[in-house]
Amino acid sequence: MTVYGAYLPRKPRKVLVLGSGALQIGQAGEFDYSGTQAIKALKEEGVATVLINPNIATIQTSEGMADKLHLTAVTPEFVERILVKEEVDALLLSFGGQTALNCGLALDEAGVLDKYGVRVLGTPVKAIRDTEDRRFFIERLAEIGVTTARSRACRTADEARAAAREIGFPVMLRVGFALGGQGSGIVETEADLDQALRRAFANGVPQVLVEENLRGWKEIEYEVVRDGRNNCITVCNMENVDPMGIHTGESIVVAPTQTLNDEEYQLLRSVAIKTIRHLGIVGECNIQFALNPKGVDYRVIEVNARLSRSSALASKATGYPLAYIAAKIALGYTLPEIPNAITRRTTAFFEPALDYLAAPSQRSSSGRCACWTSECGGWTRRPSSSRTWKTRSRTLHRCASSPWPRRCSAG
Amino acid sequence: MTAAIPMRLLLEDGTEMSGRAFGAAGSVGGEVVFNTAMAGYVEALTDPSYRGQILVLTYPLIGSYGVPAPRAPGSLDGPYESDRVQVQGLVVQSYVDKYSHSAAARSLGTWLEAEGVPGITGIDTRTLTRRLREHGTMKGWVMPANDDAALARNLAKTVDMKEEVFRLVAPDNVIRCGDGPLKVLLVDAGAKDNMVRSLLKRGATVVRAPWHTDLTPLAAECDGIVIGNGPGDPKDLTPLVTQVRSLLSSYCKPVFGICLGHQILALAAGGDTYKLPYGHRGVNQPVQDLITRRCYITSQNHGYAVRQEALPGDWEPWFVNVHDGTSEGIRSRTRPFFSVQFHPEASPGPEDTAFLFDDFMRLVGAMARG
Repeated sequence: MTVYGAYLPRKPRKVLVLGSGALQIGQAGEFDYSGTQAIKALKEEGVATVLINPNIATIQTSEGMADKLHLTAVTPEFVERILVKEEVDALLLSFGGQTALNCGLALDEAGVLDKYGVRVLGTPVKAIRDTEDRRFFIERLAEIGVTTARSRACRTADEARAAAREIGFPVMLRVGFALGGQGSGIVETEADLDQALRRAFANGVPQVLVEENLRGWKEIEYEVVRDGRNNCITVCNMENVDPMGIHTGESIVVAPTQTLNDEEYQLLRSVAIKTIRHLGIVGECNIQFALNPKGVDYRVIEVNARLSRSSALASKATGYPLAYIAAKIALGYTLPEIPNAITRRTTAFFEPALDYLAAPSQRSSSGRCACWTSECGGWTRRPSSSRTWKTRSRTLHRCASSPWPRRCSAG
Repeated sequence: MTAAIPMRLLLEDGTEMSGRAFGAAGSVGGEVVFNTAMAGYVEALTDPSYRGQILVLTYPLIGSYGVPAPRAPGSLDGPYESDRVQVQGLVVQSYVDKYSHSAAARSLGTWLEAEGVPGITGIDTRTLTRRLREHGTMKGWVMPANDDAALARNLAKTVDMKEEVFRLVAPDNVIRCGDGPLKVLLVDAGAKDNMVRSLLKRGATVVRAPWHTDLTPLAAECDGIVIGNGPGDPKDLTPLVTQVRSLLSSYCKPVFGICLGHQILALAAGGDTYKLPYGHRGVNQPVQDLITRRCYITSQNHGYAVRQEALPGDWEPWFVNVHDGTSEGIRSRTRPFFSVQFHPEASPGPEDTAFLFDDFMRLVGAMARG
């Protein structure tokens, strides 16, 4: 193995890790996992750690984890005070979910990080902003010819009609600032559009979004890891059993993808790597695609420049410690320099090949859903979300009776 | 479909595993090798490097996206990598007959049946793979369970891997395709069609010549040479090695070896090759470029490797495997000769190293212009 920090400009002395903020029981447990892994990775390198996380019922806030623990809310005000008090010189944003990421962005915008000379480790703030701001995101991807769902923000009915004509019917109409998505939906014809627009603007809605309709497209995601030296791999890909239009929370995700042939698999993999390199992400991220089931055509839906719920699933499904590796990369290691903890002989620069498939499930008092085991050699669970077991077990049962019920009938 | 027929897989060491038939009926024998790719069975099954071998796919669900319609004779269209299924037999854990994909026209079983290749499903491929990794690749037989083992073994269809296999995978005559400005000679000892497609896409005219023709006049006519992949032990291809050696002594245009071509080039240059215990077959093999230190994930399919320490003095290592340090690429210090063990043309597998074709064509163009 190469000596520590071959490419690291300056080893951080004390790092502040942002936790995920307030948790509800059973929800966002994956961020506890990622934060814990990050702290372990930092401690291994002899870097002092400070953690901010208000939840006492987590692993990362347990005794013996972080060197210093602050049980406060993850808000810019508190974080600034702790930055000063603890004299930290670096910050980890991507291990506490969206709350931590937003907090980091706010601190950067307010000039707090510059003021105290605090470095953000891993993905630079600019790259995070590019993934978070829809306008920047579409622009950046267009620079390298990667397609996103076409979308127009319209302030008048005329603008909306023109946009719909340009995109082509049917379109997805999203009405901004309406409660519970009221008035949003798929519009098939121009007459329907007129009616929907009249209703929307009559209710005093300032703008509507006219978007390309992707209902029925396959929903695919890739977990991508990139180091500061531009080495880039896709650790795992996943497929939602239900297509676009059915909320992920109502569906179930399977790793690896089940209905993609090599051409589609490699197309999306290549686009994922190209996109992540162009955005300049350092560490781990998740990229979501819609894939046309009738031909090789895709849209990038979004990029999450942080550990996410999917990363937790991918880690468990593949055995690849994404959060731990992401923390090492943030410290300046390159992928081939990080030893593989499982084999001990190889490195973190590899893409796991699964000889099983993994699908998340909740632990229930009646035990695991036994019908599922005949179809797959491996198991994984994801302790997440407030979804009811009923919905899940229905999906599971559908899966078990025939591996891919919906798409089989189309074939 | 012959789904209900019980089948068995026998290994040289006496291991016996039972499963069910899919695809064609009959018994076959060959070296049992495993591939860890999770997608891309159409590409893998038509890859001539697998000729004579029984292929085990470690991913458990195989067949779910079906197989596209057959391509027209003489066509080079993907995802097919040659005109036929090249493997002797296919071993899977769980064959999916009910496929679903917009590009699919038939099931995997139907295709195998039409091509006369037997398949066996219901095998514990994890145990099988573990055994192959511990003992190294072994000979094996796939046969109907009711047949007498000894008799079926004798009657099983096999391919002679010393000589016959190379004749089977090479085209009969020289084939010319494309009309690009630069002419590239592809030495074919079982080259994948995507190698041709990759060259055509970059503006080349490809002269696809079987390895046993006289290459000297063709090489003189072309602006560069690609030595393609193929099955078997490179040391059994002595005539080609001799031809390439005499070519190298006077040739000054670019020569690019891929997979078997890498081994041939190494042997022709005076290097050595050896058999790996169980080979590299999959689409997730990490390699490192020793010059830039950049790492790539590559598609690989080979059972032999170039001995790194036996390279002649005017050659240097170029790529190494990050997992086990074996040679993945070499290049001449003095002349535009280089080769890689992995498949930059992918298919199946990641396209990370497709830039090697760009580099090669750029070099060919630059040298042709003088």
